[in-house]
Amino acid sequence: MKKVKADPKGVLTGAHYLDGDYALAEGALAAGCRFFAGYPITPSTETAERFSERIPSVGGVFIQMEDEIASIAALIGAVWGGKKAMTVTSGPGFSLMMENIGLACMMETPLVIANVQRGGPSTGLPTLTGQQDMMQVKWGSHGDYEIIALCPDSPQECFDLCIDAFNLSEIYRVPTFIMADECVGHMHEKVVIPPAEEIELVERKWFKGPKDKYLPYKPDKDMIPFMVKAGDGHRFHTTGLTHDERGYPALNAEFQEVCVRHLVEKIRMNADKIIKLEEDEIDNAEIIVISYGITSRVTTRAVQQARKAGIKVGTIRLITVWPFPEKRIKELAKKIKAFVVPEINYGQIVREVERCVEGQAPVIHIPHCGGWVHDPDEIFKAIKEASK
Amino acid sequence: MAKLKDLAAMEDRLVAGHGMCLGCGIPLIFRIVLRATEDPLIIANATGCLEVCTTIFPRTSWNVSWIHSAFENAAATIAGVESMYKALKNKGRIPKDKKIKFLGVGGDGGTYDIGLQALSGAMERGHDIVYVCYDNNAYANTGGQRSSATPLGASATTSPEGIKSPGKLQRKKDLTKILVAHNIPYVAQASPNRWQDLYKKAQKAFETEGPAFLNILCLCPTEWKCDESQGIRLAQTAVDTCVWPLYEVENGKYKINYLPKEKKPVLEWIKPQGRFRHLFKEENAWVLEKYQKQVDEDWEELNKLAKL
Repeated sequence: MKKVKADPKGVLTGAHYLDGDYALAEGALAAGCRFFAGYPITPSTETAERFSERIPSVGGVFIQMEDEIASIAALIGAVWGGKKAMTVTSGPGFSLMMENIGLACMMETPLVIANVQRGGPSTGLPTLTGQQDMMQVKWGSHGDYEIIALCPDSPQECFDLCIDAFNLSEIYRVPTFIMADECVGHMHEKVVIPPAEEIELVERKWFKGPKDKYLPYKPDKDMIPFMVKAGDGHRFHTTGLTHDERGYPALNAEFQEVCVRHLVEKIRMNADKIIKLEEDEIDNAEIIVISYGITSRVTTRAVQQARKAGIKVGTIRLITVWPFPEKRIKELAKKIKAFVVPEINYGQIVREVERCVEGQAPVIHIPHCGGWVHDPDEIFKAIKEASK
Repeated sequence: MAKLKDLAAMEDRLVAGHGMCLGCGIPLIFRIVLRATEDPLIIANATGCLEVCTTIFPRTSWNVSWIHSAFENAAATIAGVESMYKALKNKGRIPKDKKIKFLGVGGDGGTYDIGLQALSGAMERGHDIVYVCYDNNAYANTGGQRSSATPLGASATTSPEGIKSPGKLQRKKDLTKILVAHNIPYVAQASPNRWQDLYKKAQKAFETEGPAFLNILCLCPTEWKCDESQGIRLAQTAVDTCVWPLYEVENGKYKINYLPKEKKPVLEWIKPQGRFRHLFKEENAWVLEKYQKQVDEDWEELNKLAKL
């Protein structure tokens, strides 16, 4: 894993007043993304618009595609052409991308997809918020695979996590997702973009050996195979079919085990290195509130109220949602009285918490149908109830 | 020949209370198109300006059966509806001679781009449906991104003009010809400024047995950045400059429905629209030339096809 400094051309160093969507575009440009293919969809369109404005001066490609299926397919092509690539979308577009997300996973293609979530299902609430694609991002494409998904709770984090997402996607050769939501996407806040030399990026793991020895799917010591640019003179073959180390179709149970197990294990076995959480006052906590994205900001208010009322409450903010911080939750489940999980859906990440808690403590879910955020009082009441 | 007075007396199937922008061409177009049949009508409407603006919570402007599909599948949805009614007729649950009309509707985003596959499939299978595209040259519903119907040189939010780019670099897709290539019984291009022509084409489309397609130029002062009161004049200019020729293809036979007395330069179409303003910079002169050349060539080819 070779670390490099960001190319100053893409870095808009300084303090800005940006919305989350724009910050995503700036994060991607700072991370060295030079290819964007997308399709307009509320509430993520501003990222595409920002890209189309900024990319000519940075040097790169912006393409508006005919739909989201084409958008992600173009990304796969661009990545194998040697670029870092990104697209952005929301619910309906995300659903259209599912088949190609599986393809990208199977081909071990590093790319970044931001989903600025809105209320669903279907067309749902185009202009209003939701956190209802949290399971879809993990399970939406068919077959077994693993992905990485991050959840920003502010425009600043849209910028920061976009850089993390590119780095993680390169390290693990895996599609990496930024699961923002409409509130964060359209929220304007101060975003500080550091100087290029302070932004550390991971360079793609280029194959340097003799050209005739290249095997696109032979795992290295760190489990991750090397990449080349298509057209650079290597014999190169990639496919959505189950394949061997050469990338050639290998259609039997034996190769299925090697191939799919690799896709799953390269993430599961590195989960500790990938997972990032923000914990607050966990040590003496009796109650722990687990939240992510915009909901964590609403939670802050509820937790302040609870602490004022003398309740020992800690918080965990899931910056990484997938892989899920299984180990940490299991560890805490033994020590505490209850978990409270507010999220803008009818029960998604709470199921993961329940799975990890294994019945050792109550897990109280605070659902919300989308369209708006929780009332902090609602979360406060649940904390109070749980502490009794 | 229909008279305006008679048309005005007909019941509206798209009624007032919608939230369309000032000067928008959509209601104008659909109030004409929907008058072209008095049979029961079912509409499948793709996501877009028409769908969003006519169904503002908690009301609807639709006086007919109406189904909102997703963005990409209005043609497939209406194909399903048509097939279902055919089956009901076969089973005798609806009288065989009962006339019901099926209409798929989308903007240029939902038709030229994301909906093209569904449209092509429905046309090829030969469903007895009409599909109407209101082409306002942009993704107007989401704030004016470029579509494949956006003309060469137009500035849109995802093809912005600037130091490095003179706006959209590609020519407009010729969707009408793509539909002609499906060898369906009726394909036509229309514009609301020639309302008689539009009305007649809609009538023909509804009466056609099998699939019919209408591509209608739709004014969009918001995204074209032009005077809301000048929309119909601008549509006339589109027709007079041959940027948007009015023609129909009936069973493979081309017919031009409007021959401008004097073909005007494309510049007259471009000048009143803010989205083309930057084309008057010296360095963008080549775009104007290219646009004119493309319109001339298309017009020449269309004339040849009409003479065959």
